[in-house]
Amino acid sequence: MATSANMMKKTTKNQKNIKQEDNKIPFLVKARPYLIILPALLLTIGILYPFATAIYYSLTDFSFRSIDYKFIGLKNWISMFQSKNFWHACLVTVQYTLATTGTEMVAGLGIALLLVRESRFTKTLRIILIFPLMIAPVIATLIWQLMLNNSVGIVEKFLNLFGVFNFPWASSASTALLTAAMIDFWVYTPFVMLLMLAGLQSLPKSPYESAKIDGGSPWFTFRTLTLPLLKPFIFIALVFRLMASMQEYGIIFALTKGGPGSTLMNLSLTGYNMGFAFSSLGKALPYLLVLWAAIFFISKKLIGAWLKGQQNAQGN
Amino acid sequence: MMKNRLMDLLKNVSAYTVICLYSIFAIFPLIWLVIISFKSDTQMYNTTFIFTPTLDNYKIVLFEGADYIQAFINNIIVSGGAVLLSLLVGVPAAYAFARYNFAKKEDLAFTILSFKFAPEILVILPLFMIYQKIGLYDTYFGLIWVYQLITLPLLIWVLRGYFEEISVEVEQAANLDGYPWYSVFWKILVPLIKPGLVASSLLAFIFAWNSFTFPLLLSGFQIETVTVAALRYIGSDTVHYGQMAVAAAVAALPEVVLALIIQKHLVRGLSFGAVKG
Repeated sequence: MATSANMMKKTTKNQKNIKQEDNKIPFLVKARPYLIILPALLLTIGILYPFATAIYYSLTDFSFRSIDYKFIGLKNWISMFQSKNFWHACLVTVQYTLATTGTEMVAGLGIALLLVRESRFTKTLRIILIFPLMIAPVIATLIWQLMLNNSVGIVEKFLNLFGVFNFPWASSASTALLTAAMIDFWVYTPFVMLLMLAGLQSLPKSPYESAKIDGGSPWFTFRTLTLPLLKPFIFIALVFRLMASMQEYGIIFALTKGGPGSTLMNLSLTGYNMGFAFSSLGKALPYLLVLWAAIFFISKKLIGAWLKGQQNAQGN
Repeated sequence: MMKNRLMDLLKNVSAYTVICLYSIFAIFPLIWLVIISFKSDTQMYNTTFIFTPTLDNYKIVLFEGADYIQAFINNIIVSGGAVLLSLLVGVPAAYAFARYNFAKKEDLAFTILSFKFAPEILVILPLFMIYQKIGLYDTYFGLIWVYQLITLPLLIWVLRGYFEEISVEVEQAANLDGYPWYSVFWKILVPLIKPGLVASSLLAFIFAWNSFTFPLLLSGFQIETVTVAALRYIGSDTVHYGQMAVAAAVAALPEVVLALIIQKHLVRGLSFGAVKG
Protein backbone atom coordinates (compact mmCIF):
# COMPACT_ATOMS: atom_id res chain seq x y z
CA MET A 1 0.00 0.00 0.00
CA ALA A 2 2.66 2.41 0.98
CA THR A 3 4.52 1.85 -2.23
CA SER A 4 1.48 2.37 -4.40
CA ALA A 5 2.36 5.18 -6.73
CA ASN A 6 0.10 7.85 -7.97
CA MET A 7 2.47 9.16 -10.59
CA MET A 8 1.40 8.15 -14.07
CA LYS A 9 -1.44 6.05 -12.77
CA LYS A 10 -3.92 5.58 -15.55
CA THR A 11 -7.28 5.35 -13.81
CA THR A 12 -8.47 4.85 -10.30
CA LYS A 13 -11.84 3.73 -9.12
CA ASN A 14 -12.53 7.18 -7.78
CA GLN A 15 -12.56 8.91 -11.13
CA LYS A 16 -15.59 10.24 -12.83
CA ASN A 17 -15.59 8.67 -16.20
CA ILE A 18 -16.53 11.31 -18.68
CA LYS A 19 -15.51 9.52 -21.83
CA GLN A 20 -18.22 6.90 -21.69
CA GLU A 21 -21.01 9.16 -22.80
CA ASP A 22 -18.96 11.52 -24.86
CA ASN A 23 -21.67 12.64 -27.21
CA LYS A 24 -24.35 13.67 -24.78
CA ILE A 25 -22.11 15.93 -22.79
CA PRO A 26 -22.13 19.66 -23.54
CA PHE A 27 -18.85 21.26 -24.47
CA LEU A 28 -18.43 23.12 -21.20
CA VAL A 29 -18.63 19.96 -19.14
CA LYS A 30 -16.21 18.17 -21.41
CA ALA A 31 -13.81 21.07 -21.27
CA ARG A 32 -14.14 21.45 -17.52
CA PRO A 33 -11.00 19.57 -16.47
CA TYR A 34 -8.93 21.52 -18.98
CA LEU A 35 -10.41 24.79 -17.79
CA ILE A 36 -9.62 23.90 -14.18
CA ILE A 37 -6.01 23.14 -15.05
CA LEU A 38 -5.58 26.08 -17.39
CA PRO A 39 -4.49 28.72 -14.82
CA ALA A 40 -1.79 26.40 -13.46
CA LEU A 41 -0.56 25.65 -16.95
CA LEU A 42 -0.57 29.29 -18.02
CA LEU A 43 1.48 30.30 -14.98
CA THR A 44 4.18 27.74 -15.66
CA ILE A 45 4.17 28.06 -19.41
CA GLY A 46 4.56 31.81 -18.99
CA ILE A 47 7.85 31.04 -17.27
CA LEU A 48 8.82 28.23 -19.59
CA TYR A 49 8.16 30.09 -22.81
CA PRO A 50 11.44 31.98 -22.51
CA PHE A 51 13.07 28.65 -21.71
CA ALA A 52 11.77 27.32 -25.03
CA THR A 53 13.22 30.29 -26.86
CA ALA A 54 16.60 29.35 -25.40
CA ILE A 55 17.28 27.07 -28.34
CA TYR A 56 16.76 29.93 -30.77
CA TYR A 57 18.91 32.35 -28.80
CA SER A 58 21.70 29.77 -28.64
CA LEU A 59 21.95 30.26 -32.42
CA THR A 60 22.42 34.02 -32.15
CA ASP A 61 25.10 36.32 -30.85
CA PHE A 62 22.71 37.85 -28.34
CA SER A 63 24.40 39.71 -25.53
CA PHE A 64 23.06 41.75 -22.64
CA ARG A 65 25.34 44.61 -23.71
CA SER A 66 23.56 45.54 -26.93
CA ILE A 67 20.05 45.34 -28.27
CA ASP A 68 21.02 44.20 -31.75
CA TYR A 69 21.74 40.60 -32.42
CA LYS A 70 21.93 38.36 -35.44
CA PHE A 71 21.56 34.73 -36.34
CA ILE A 72 24.93 33.03 -36.46
CA GLY A 73 23.97 29.39 -36.88
CA LEU A 74 25.87 26.76 -34.95
CA LYS A 75 28.85 28.96 -34.19
CA ASN A 76 28.21 29.08 -30.44
CA TRP A 77 27.79 25.34 -30.32
CA ILE A 78 30.93 24.63 -32.31
CA SER A 79 33.04 26.98 -30.24
CA MET A 80 31.67 25.35 -27.09
CA PHE A 81 32.63 21.85 -28.19
CA GLN A 82 36.07 23.14 -29.09
CA SER A 83 36.59 24.92 -25.81
CA LYS A 84 38.52 23.33 -22.99
CA ASN A 85 36.21 25.00 -20.48
CA PHE A 86 33.30 22.96 -21.69
CA TRP A 87 34.99 19.60 -21.22
CA HIS A 88 36.33 20.71 -17.88
CA ALA A 89 32.81 21.76 -16.83
CA CYS A 90 31.43 18.39 -17.93
CA LEU A 91 34.11 16.61 -15.91
CA VAL A 92 33.40 18.72 -12.81
CA THR A 93 29.66 18.10 -13.18
CA VAL A 94 30.20 14.34 -13.39
CA GLN A 95 32.70 14.30 -10.51
CA TYR A 96 30.47 16.39 -8.28
CA THR A 97 27.38 14.32 -9.10
CA LEU A 98 29.13 11.01 -8.43
CA ALA A 99 30.84 12.24 -5.28
CA THR A 100 27.63 13.58 -3.77
CA THR A 101 24.86 11.29 -5.04
CA GLY A 102 26.98 8.16 -4.58
CA THR A 103 27.94 8.82 -0.97
CA GLU A 104 24.50 10.16 -0.06
CA MET A 105 22.73 7.07 -1.41
CA VAL A 106 25.01 4.67 0.46
CA ALA A 107 25.03 6.63 3.72
CA GLY A 108 21.31 7.42 3.55
CA LEU A 109 20.44 3.75 3.14
CA GLY A 110 22.93 2.71 5.81
CA ILE A 111 21.65 5.15 8.43
CA ALA A 112 18.04 4.24 7.59
CA LEU A 113 18.84 0.55 8.17
CA LEU A 114 20.28 1.41 11.57
CA LEU A 115 17.37 3.64 12.52
CA VAL A 116 14.58 1.33 11.41
CA ARG A 117 14.32 -0.52 14.71
CA GLU A 118 11.86 1.09 17.12
CA SER A 119 13.09 2.76 20.27
CA ARG A 120 12.77 6.17 21.80
CA PHE A 121 16.36 6.88 20.81
CA THR A 122 15.80 6.13 17.11
CA LYS A 123 12.45 7.93 17.04
CA THR A 124 14.03 11.11 18.35
CA LEU A 125 16.95 10.85 15.96
CA ARG A 126 14.63 10.35 12.98
CA ILE A 127 13.20 13.78 13.68
CA ILE A 128 16.38 15.60 14.63
CA LEU A 129 18.40 14.28 11.69
CA ILE A 130 15.99 15.95 9.25
CA PHE A 131 17.06 19.45 10.27
CA PRO A 132 20.02 19.83 7.88
CA LEU A 133 17.74 19.06 4.94
CA MET A 134 15.45 21.94 5.81
CA ILE A 135 18.19 24.55 5.89
CA ALA A 136 18.85 26.46 2.70
CA PRO A 137 21.96 24.97 1.04
CA VAL A 138 23.43 28.44 0.82
CA ILE A 139 22.95 29.00 4.54
CA ALA A 140 24.40 25.53 5.20
CA THR A 141 27.47 26.53 3.21
CA LEU A 142 27.77 29.66 5.34
CA ILE A 143 27.58 27.55 8.52
CA TRP A 144 30.27 25.20 7.25
CA GLN A 145 32.51 28.06 6.28
CA LEU A 146 32.30 29.27 9.85
CA MET A 147 33.25 25.81 11.09
CA LEU A 148 36.08 25.26 8.61
CA ASN A 149 37.54 28.74 8.98
CA ASN A 150 41.26 28.48 9.76
CA SER A 151 41.34 31.23 12.36
CA VAL A 152 38.13 30.75 14.33
CA GLY A 153 36.64 27.47 13.09
CA ILE A 154 35.97 24.60 15.47
CA VAL A 155 37.11 22.01 12.94
CA GLU A 156 40.50 23.68 12.76
CA LYS A 157 40.79 23.57 16.55
CA PHE A 158 39.78 19.92 16.52
CA LEU A 159 42.32 19.03 13.83
CA ASN A 160 45.02 20.89 15.76
CA LEU A 161 44.71 18.23 18.45
CA PHE A 162 45.90 15.71 15.86
CA GLY A 163 48.72 17.92 14.68
CA VAL A 164 47.00 19.06 11.49
CA PHE A 165 47.27 22.81 10.99
CA ASN A 166 45.63 25.06 8.40
CA PHE A 167 43.94 22.37 6.37
CA PRO A 168 43.15 24.25 3.15
CA TRP A 169 39.52 23.07 2.58
CA ALA A 170 37.87 25.17 -0.15
CA SER A 171 40.89 27.33 -0.84
CA SER A 172 43.02 24.65 -2.47
CA ALA A 173 42.31 23.02 -5.82
CA SER A 174 42.98 19.57 -4.41
CA THR A 175 40.48 19.77 -1.55
CA ALA A 176 37.79 22.14 -2.90
CA LEU A 177 35.67 19.41 -4.47
CA LEU A 178 35.89 17.37 -1.28
CA THR A 179 34.72 20.36 0.76
CA ALA A 180 31.78 21.15 -1.52
CA ALA A 181 30.78 17.49 -1.65
CA MET A 182 30.95 17.27 2.14
CA ILE A 183 28.53 20.19 2.51
CA ASP A 184 26.21 18.68 -0.11
CA PHE A 185 26.45 15.38 1.79
CA TRP A 186 25.53 17.14 5.03
CA VAL A 187 22.48 18.79 3.47
CA TYR A 188 21.07 15.95 1.40
CA THR A 189 21.89 12.65 3.14
CA PRO A 190 18.80 13.14 5.35
CA PHE A 191 16.69 13.27 2.20
CA VAL A 192 17.83 9.81 1.09
CA MET A 193 17.58 8.55 4.68
CA LEU A 194 13.98 9.76 4.97
CA LEU A 195 12.85 8.06 1.76
CA MET A 196 14.69 4.84 2.64
CA LEU A 197 13.10 4.79 6.09
CA ALA A 198 9.67 5.18 4.52
CA GLY A 199 10.53 2.25 2.26
CA LEU A 200 11.89 0.05 5.04
CA GLN A 201 8.87 0.70 7.25
CA SER A 202 6.52 -0.33 4.45
CA LEU A 203 8.17 -3.70 3.78
CA PRO A 204 6.00 -6.79 4.27
CA LYS A 205 6.88 -8.84 7.37
CA SER A 206 6.21 -12.40 6.22
CA PRO A 207 9.14 -12.91 3.80
CA TYR A 208 11.48 -11.93 6.63
CA GLU A 209 9.99 -14.51 8.96
CA SER A 210 10.50 -17.28 6.44
CA ALA A 211 14.01 -16.05 5.73
CA LYS A 212 14.73 -16.27 9.45
CA ILE A 213 13.47 -19.83 9.58
CA ASP A 214 15.61 -20.71 6.59
CA GLY A 215 18.55 -19.35 8.52
CA GLY A 216 19.90 -17.00 5.87
CA SER A 217 22.66 -14.64 6.95
CA PRO A 218 21.66 -10.98 7.45
CA TRP A 219 23.73 -9.95 4.45
CA PHE A 220 22.01 -12.60 2.30
CA THR A 221 18.57 -11.45 3.46
CA PHE A 222 19.48 -7.84 2.74
CA ARG A 223 20.74 -8.61 -0.76
CA THR A 224 18.00 -10.95 -1.88
CA LEU A 225 15.03 -9.50 -0.02
CA THR A 226 15.42 -5.94 1.26
CA LEU A 227 17.27 -4.47 -1.69
CA PRO A 228 14.83 -5.69 -4.39
CA LEU A 229 11.83 -4.60 -2.32
CA LEU A 230 13.37 -1.18 -1.75
CA LYS A 231 14.06 -0.63 -5.44
CA PRO A 232 11.21 1.83 -6.12
CA PHE A 233 12.34 3.98 -3.19
CA ILE A 234 15.96 3.83 -4.26
CA PHE A 235 15.03 4.92 -7.78
CA ILE A 236 12.97 7.88 -6.59
CA ALA A 237 15.71 9.08 -4.26
CA LEU A 238 18.24 8.63 -7.04
CA VAL A 239 16.18 10.62 -9.57
CA PHE A 240 15.73 13.54 -7.22
CA ARG A 241 19.36 13.56 -6.07
CA LEU A 242 20.77 13.27 -9.59
CA MET A 243 18.53 16.02 -10.93
CA ALA A 244 19.59 18.40 -8.19
CA SER A 245 23.30 17.60 -7.92
CA MET A 246 23.88 17.71 -11.69
CA GLN A 247 22.75 21.34 -11.68
CA GLU A 248 24.04 22.30 -8.24
CA TYR A 249 24.69 26.01 -8.13
CA GLY A 250 24.01 27.42 -4.66
CA ILE A 251 26.54 25.45 -2.62
CA ILE A 252 29.40 25.93 -5.06
CA PHE A 253 28.60 29.58 -5.64
CA ALA A 254 28.43 30.31 -1.92
CA LEU A 255 31.61 28.33 -1.23
CA THR A 256 34.03 29.59 -3.88
CA LYS A 257 32.04 30.95 -6.85
CA GLY A 258 33.54 28.08 -8.82
CA GLY A 259 37.15 28.59 -7.71
CA PRO A 260 39.91 28.33 -6.84
CA GLY A 261 40.69 29.04 -10.47
CA SER A 262 38.13 26.99 -12.34
CA THR A 263 38.31 23.94 -10.05
CA LEU A 264 34.60 23.83 -9.26
CA MET A 265 33.19 25.32 -12.48
CA ASN A 266 30.44 22.87 -13.37
CA LEU A 267 28.05 23.41 -16.27
CA SER A 268 25.64 25.54 -14.22
CA LEU A 269 28.35 27.89 -13.02
CA THR A 270 30.06 28.10 -16.41
CA GLY A 271 26.75 28.97 -18.02
CA TYR A 272 26.11 31.54 -15.35
CA ASN A 273 29.55 33.09 -15.85
CA MET A 274 29.20 33.27 -19.61
CA GLY A 275 25.71 34.71 -19.36
CA PHE A 276 26.12 37.21 -16.58
CA ALA A 277 29.81 37.94 -16.06
CA PHE A 278 30.57 38.07 -19.80
CA SER A 279 26.94 39.00 -20.56
CA SER A 280 26.90 36.77 -23.61
CA LEU A 281 23.60 34.93 -23.56
CA GLY A 282 24.10 33.24 -26.93
CA LYS A 283 27.35 31.64 -25.79
CA ALA A 284 26.01 30.60 -22.38
CA LEU A 285 22.89 28.82 -23.54
CA PRO A 286 24.51 25.82 -25.30
CA TYR A 287 26.22 24.85 -22.00
CA LEU A 288 22.91 24.87 -20.17
CA LEU A 289 21.01 23.14 -22.94
CA VAL A 290 23.52 20.29 -22.84
CA LEU A 291 22.99 20.09 -19.08
CA TRP A 292 19.23 20.14 -19.48
CA ALA A 293 19.33 17.38 -22.11
CA ALA A 294 21.49 15.23 -19.85
CA ILE A 295 19.23 15.70 -16.83
CA PHE A 296 16.10 15.08 -18.87
CA PHE A 297 17.47 11.93 -20.50
CA ILE A 298 18.77 10.38 -17.28
CA SER A 299 15.63 11.24 -15.29
CA LYS A 300 13.38 9.81 -17.95
CA LYS A 301 15.35 6.55 -18.02
CA LEU A 302 15.25 6.28 -14.24
CA ILE A 303 11.56 7.10 -13.98
CA GLY A 304 10.88 4.46 -16.62
CA ALA A 305 12.83 1.91 -14.59
CA TRP A 306 11.01 3.03 -11.46
CA LEU A 307 7.58 2.57 -13.05
CA LYS A 308 8.60 -0.90 -14.17
CA GLY A 309 9.63 -1.71 -10.61
CA GLN A 310 6.28 -0.42 -9.37
CA GLN A 311 4.40 -2.67 -11.75
CA ASN A 312 6.44 -5.67 -10.68
CA ALA A 313 5.83 -4.86 -7.03
CA GLN A 314 2.10 -4.60 -7.62
CA GLY A 315 2.05 -7.73 -9.75
CA ASN A 316 3.31 -9.87 -6.88
CA MET B 1 26.58 -19.46 22.80
CA MET B 2 29.01 -17.05 24.41
CA LYS B 3 30.54 -16.30 21.07
CA ASN B 4 27.17 -15.48 19.54
CA ARG B 5 26.24 -13.16 22.34
CA LEU B 6 29.58 -11.42 22.05
CA MET B 7 29.04 -10.98 18.31
CA ASP B 8 25.60 -9.47 18.92
CA LEU B 9 26.99 -7.09 21.49
CA LEU B 10 29.76 -6.09 19.10
CA LYS B 11 27.23 -5.49 16.33
CA ASN B 12 25.05 -3.37 18.56
CA VAL B 13 27.97 -1.33 19.78
CA SER B 14 29.23 -0.67 16.28
CA ALA B 15 25.73 0.19 15.04
CA TYR B 16 25.28 2.73 17.80
CA THR B 17 28.75 4.12 17.21
CA VAL B 18 27.94 4.75 13.54
CA ILE B 19 24.61 6.37 14.39
CA CYS B 20 26.19 8.57 17.03
CA LEU B 21 29.05 9.65 14.78
CA TYR B 22 26.67 10.57 11.98
CA SER B 23 24.35 12.38 14.39
CA ILE B 24 27.21 14.47 15.71
CA PHE B 25 28.22 15.30 12.15
CA ALA B 26 24.63 16.25 11.28
CA ILE B 27 23.70 18.20 14.38
CA PHE B 28 26.90 19.72 15.68
CA PRO B 29 27.12 22.46 13.01
CA LEU B 30 23.72 23.75 14.12
CA ILE B 31 24.65 23.74 17.79
CA TRP B 32 27.96 25.42 17.00
CA LEU B 33 26.13 28.05 14.98
CA VAL B 34 23.96 28.94 17.95
CA ILE B 35 26.96 28.99 20.28
CA ILE B 36 29.06 31.38 18.26
CA SER B 37 26.13 33.65 17.55
CA PHE B 38 26.46 34.65 21.22
CA LYS B 39 30.22 35.21 21.03
CA SER B 40 31.78 38.64 20.76
CA ASP B 41 34.31 39.26 18.01
CA THR B 42 37.22 39.40 20.43
CA GLN B 43 36.37 36.11 22.09
CA MET B 44 35.93 34.44 18.73
CA TYR B 45 39.67 33.84 18.37
CA ASN B 46 40.74 32.82 21.85
CA THR B 47 37.84 30.79 23.23
CA THR B 48 35.97 27.66 22.15
CA PHE B 49 33.15 26.60 24.44
CA ILE B 50 33.67 28.68 27.55
CA PHE B 51 33.05 32.40 27.09
CA THR B 52 30.82 35.23 28.26
CA PRO B 53 27.73 35.21 26.05
CA THR B 54 26.59 38.49 24.56
CA LEU B 55 23.58 39.60 22.55
CA ASP B 56 25.57 42.21 20.62
CA ASN B 57 25.59 40.24 17.37
CA TYR B 58 21.83 39.94 17.41
CA LYS B 59 21.47 43.63 18.19
CA ILE B 60 23.69 44.63 15.30
CA VAL B 61 22.17 42.32 12.69
CA LEU B 62 18.55 42.75 13.67
CA PHE B 63 18.29 46.33 14.90
CA GLU B 64 21.17 48.41 13.54
CA GLY B 65 20.65 48.87 9.85
CA ALA B 66 17.29 47.52 8.78
CA ASP B 67 18.70 45.50 5.86
CA TYR B 68 18.47 42.07 7.33
CA ILE B 69 15.01 42.51 8.80
CA GLN B 70 13.87 43.84 5.44
CA ALA B 71 15.33 40.78 3.70
CA PHE B 72 13.51 38.58 6.18
CA ILE B 73 10.23 40.36 5.48
CA ASN B 74 10.88 40.13 1.74
CA ASN B 75 11.39 36.40 2.11
CA ILE B 76 8.09 36.04 3.91
CA ILE B 77 6.23 38.08 1.29
CA VAL B 78 7.78 36.31 -1.68
CA SER B 79 7.58 32.75 -0.30
CA GLY B 80 4.13 33.27 1.20
CA GLY B 81 2.85 34.89 -1.97
CA ALA B 82 4.25 32.07 -4.09
CA VAL B 83 2.53 29.44 -1.93
CA LEU B 84 -0.79 31.33 -1.96
CA LEU B 85 -0.73 31.71 -5.74
CA SER B 86 0.17 28.03 -6.10
CA LEU B 87 -2.70 27.04 -3.83
CA LEU B 88 -5.12 29.18 -5.79
CA VAL B 89 -4.36 27.55 -9.12
CA GLY B 90 -2.87 24.27 -7.90
CA VAL B 91 -5.63 22.89 -5.67
CA PRO B 92 -8.24 22.92 -8.48
CA ALA B 93 -5.68 21.47 -10.88
CA ALA B 94 -4.80 18.69 -8.44
CA TYR B 95 -8.50 17.95 -8.08
CA ALA B 96 -8.95 17.77 -11.85
CA PHE B 97 -5.97 15.42 -12.22
CA ALA B 98 -7.36 13.17 -9.51
CA ARG B 99 -11.01 13.10 -10.46
CA TYR B 100 -11.40 13.53 -14.19
CA ASN B 101 -10.33 11.30 -16.96
CA PHE B 102 -9.40 13.28 -20.01
CA ALA B 103 -7.25 13.07 -23.09
CA LYS B 104 -3.58 13.92 -22.55
CA LYS B 105 -4.06 13.94 -18.77
CA GLU B 106 -0.83 12.12 -17.93
CA ASP B 107 1.10 14.16 -20.47
CA LEU B 108 -0.08 17.38 -18.89
CA ALA B 109 0.68 16.12 -15.39
CA PHE B 110 4.12 15.01 -16.48
CA THR B 111 4.75 18.37 -18.16
CA ILE B 112 4.16 20.08 -14.84
CA LEU B 113 6.46 17.65 -13.09
CA SER B 114 9.16 18.05 -15.72
CA PHE B 115 9.60 21.69 -14.72
CA LYS B 116 11.74 20.17 -12.03
CA PHE B 117 14.19 18.97 -14.69
CA ALA B 118 14.96 22.39 -16.11
CA PRO B 119 18.24 23.72 -14.72
CA GLU B 120 17.41 26.92 -12.88
CA ILE B 121 20.11 28.91 -14.65
CA LEU B 122 18.72 27.87 -18.02
CA VAL B 123 15.30 29.24 -17.06
CA ILE B 124 16.80 32.37 -15.56
CA LEU B 125 18.96 33.57 -18.45
CA PRO B 126 16.18 34.23 -20.98
CA LEU B 127 13.82 35.23 -18.19
CA PHE B 128 16.26 37.87 -16.97
CA MET B 129 16.07 39.52 -20.38
CA ILE B 130 12.27 39.40 -20.51
CA TYR B 131 11.82 40.54 -16.91
CA GLN B 132 13.95 43.59 -17.62
CA LYS B 133 11.89 44.35 -20.68
CA ILE B 134 8.47 44.07 -19.07
CA GLY B 135 9.48 45.56 -15.73
CA LEU B 136 9.22 42.47 -13.55
CA TYR B 137 12.93 42.46 -12.65
CA ASP B 138 13.44 43.17 -8.96
CA THR B 139 9.74 43.11 -8.09
CA TYR B 140 7.77 40.97 -5.67
CA PHE B 141 5.53 39.61 -8.37
CA GLY B 142 8.45 38.72 -10.63
CA LEU B 143 9.86 36.46 -7.92
CA ILE B 144 6.48 35.08 -6.89
CA TRP B 145 5.86 34.11 -10.48
CA VAL B 146 9.16 32.34 -11.06
CA TYR B 147 8.84 30.60 -7.68
CA GLN B 148 5.85 28.77 -9.18
CA LEU B 149 8.40 26.45 -10.75
CA ILE B 150 9.30 25.37 -7.21
CA THR B 151 5.95 25.41 -5.44
CA LEU B 152 3.36 24.51 -8.08
CA PRO B 153 4.58 21.04 -9.18
CA LEU B 154 5.02 20.08 -5.52
CA LEU B 155 1.49 21.10 -4.52
CA ILE B 156 -0.21 19.60 -7.55
CA TRP B 157 1.53 16.22 -7.34
CA VAL B 158 1.17 15.82 -3.59
CA LEU B 159 -2.44 16.99 -3.39
CA ARG B 160 -3.45 14.86 -6.34
CA GLY B 161 -2.60 11.83 -4.23
CA TYR B 162 -4.67 13.10 -1.32
CA PHE B 163 -7.68 13.78 -3.57
CA GLU B 164 -7.41 10.30 -5.09
CA GLU B 165 -7.79 8.78 -1.65
CA ILE B 166 -11.19 10.38 -1.07
CA SER B 167 -13.89 8.07 -2.34
CA VAL B 168 -16.05 9.58 -5.03
CA GLU B 169 -19.21 8.47 -3.19
CA VAL B 170 -18.64 11.10 -0.54
CA GLU B 171 -18.86 13.76 -3.19
CA GLN B 172 -21.80 12.23 -4.96
CA ALA B 173 -23.79 11.99 -1.75
CA ALA B 174 -23.24 15.68 -1.11
CA ASN B 175 -24.20 16.49 -4.67
CA LEU B 176 -27.41 14.55 -4.29
CA ASP B 177 -28.20 16.44 -1.13
CA GLY B 178 -28.34 19.51 -3.30
CA TYR B 179 -25.14 21.24 -2.30
CA PRO B 180 -23.66 23.37 -5.09
CA TRP B 181 -20.19 22.29 -6.28
CA TYR B 182 -18.33 25.04 -4.46
CA SER B 183 -19.75 24.15 -1.08
CA VAL B 184 -19.01 20.48 -1.73
CA PHE B 185 -15.48 21.56 -2.46
CA TRP B 186 -15.07 23.83 0.56
CA LYS B 187 -17.12 22.00 3.15
CA ILE B 188 -16.36 18.39 2.28
CA LEU B 189 -13.23 17.99 0.17
CA VAL B 190 -10.98 20.64 1.65
CA PRO B 191 -11.44 19.44 5.26
CA LEU B 192 -10.65 15.89 4.13
CA ILE B 193 -7.33 16.82 2.50
CA LYS B 194 -6.44 19.37 5.15
CA PRO B 195 -3.44 17.51 6.63
CA GLY B 196 -1.95 17.15 3.16
CA LEU B 197 -2.82 20.72 2.31
CA VAL B 198 -1.10 22.15 5.36
CA ALA B 199 1.96 19.93 5.08
CA SER B 200 2.56 20.47 1.39
CA SER B 201 2.00 24.23 1.68
CA LEU B 202 4.54 24.45 4.47
CA LEU B 203 7.04 22.34 2.57
CA ALA B 204 6.52 24.46 -0.54
CA PHE B 205 7.09 27.49 1.68
CA ILE B 206 10.36 26.03 2.93
CA PHE B 207 11.55 25.31 -0.61
CA ALA B 208 10.63 28.81 -1.72
CA TRP B 209 12.33 30.21 1.40
CA ASN B 210 15.51 28.28 0.56
CA SER B 211 15.61 29.38 -3.05
CA PHE B 212 18.83 31.16 -3.87
CA THR B 213 19.43 31.25 -7.61
CA PHE B 214 16.16 32.94 -8.54
CA PRO B 215 16.39 35.83 -6.06
CA LEU B 216 20.13 36.23 -6.68
CA LEU B 217 19.69 36.75 -10.40
CA LEU B 218 16.14 37.95 -10.92
CA SER B 219 16.11 40.64 -8.27
CA GLY B 220 18.53 43.36 -7.30
CA PHE B 221 18.76 45.65 -4.30
CA GLN B 222 15.05 46.36 -3.95
CA ILE B 223 13.98 42.86 -3.09
CA GLU B 224 16.80 41.02 -1.44
CA THR B 225 15.95 37.73 0.24
CA VAL B 226 17.56 36.24 3.33
CA THR B 227 19.54 33.63 1.39
CA VAL B 228 21.10 36.35 -0.74
CA ALA B 229 21.56 38.83 2.10
CA ALA B 230 23.27 36.28 4.37
CA LEU B 231 26.01 35.76 1.82
CA ARG B 232 27.02 39.40 2.03
CA TYR B 233 28.43 38.68 5.46
CA ILE B 234 31.09 36.48 3.87
CA GLY B 235 32.38 38.86 1.29
CA SER B 236 32.86 41.89 3.48
CA ASP B 237 36.41 43.02 4.30
CA THR B 238 35.91 43.36 8.02
CA VAL B 239 34.98 39.92 9.15
CA HIS B 240 32.34 39.63 11.86
CA TYR B 241 31.86 35.91 12.33
CA GLY B 242 29.33 36.37 15.11
CA GLN B 243 27.10 38.45 12.85
CA MET B 244 27.40 35.87 10.09
CA ALA B 245 26.25 33.27 12.59
CA VAL B 246 23.27 35.38 13.59
CA ALA B 247 22.33 35.89 9.96
CA ALA B 248 22.50 32.15 9.30
CA ALA B 249 20.66 31.21 12.50
CA VAL B 250 17.85 33.67 11.88
CA ALA B 251 17.45 32.41 8.31
CA ALA B 252 17.42 28.77 9.42
CA LEU B 253 15.14 29.04 12.45
CA PRO B 254 11.74 29.25 10.66
CA GLU B 255 12.58 26.20 8.61
CA VAL B 256 13.53 24.05 11.55
CA VAL B 257 10.27 25.01 13.28
CA LEU B 258 8.19 24.30 10.17
CA ALA B 259 9.99 21.00 9.63
CA LEU B 260 9.03 19.92 13.14
CA ILE B 261 5.38 20.73 12.47
CA ILE B 262 5.13 18.74 9.25
CA GLN B 263 7.57 15.90 9.89
CA LYS B 264 4.86 13.25 9.53
CA HIS B 265 4.11 14.32 5.98
CA LEU B 266 7.63 15.10 4.86
CA VAL B 267 8.31 11.95 2.89
CA ARG B 268 5.28 12.37 0.70
CA GLY B 269 6.06 15.99 0.03
CA LEU B 270 9.73 15.46 -0.69
CA SER B 271 9.05 12.70 -3.17
CA PHE B 272 6.20 14.63 -4.82
CA GLY B 273 3.71 12.03 -3.73
CA ALA B 274 5.57 9.20 -5.45
CA VAL B 275 6.21 7.59 -2.09
CA LYS B 276 3.60 7.64 0.62
CA GLY B 277 5.33 7.79 3.95
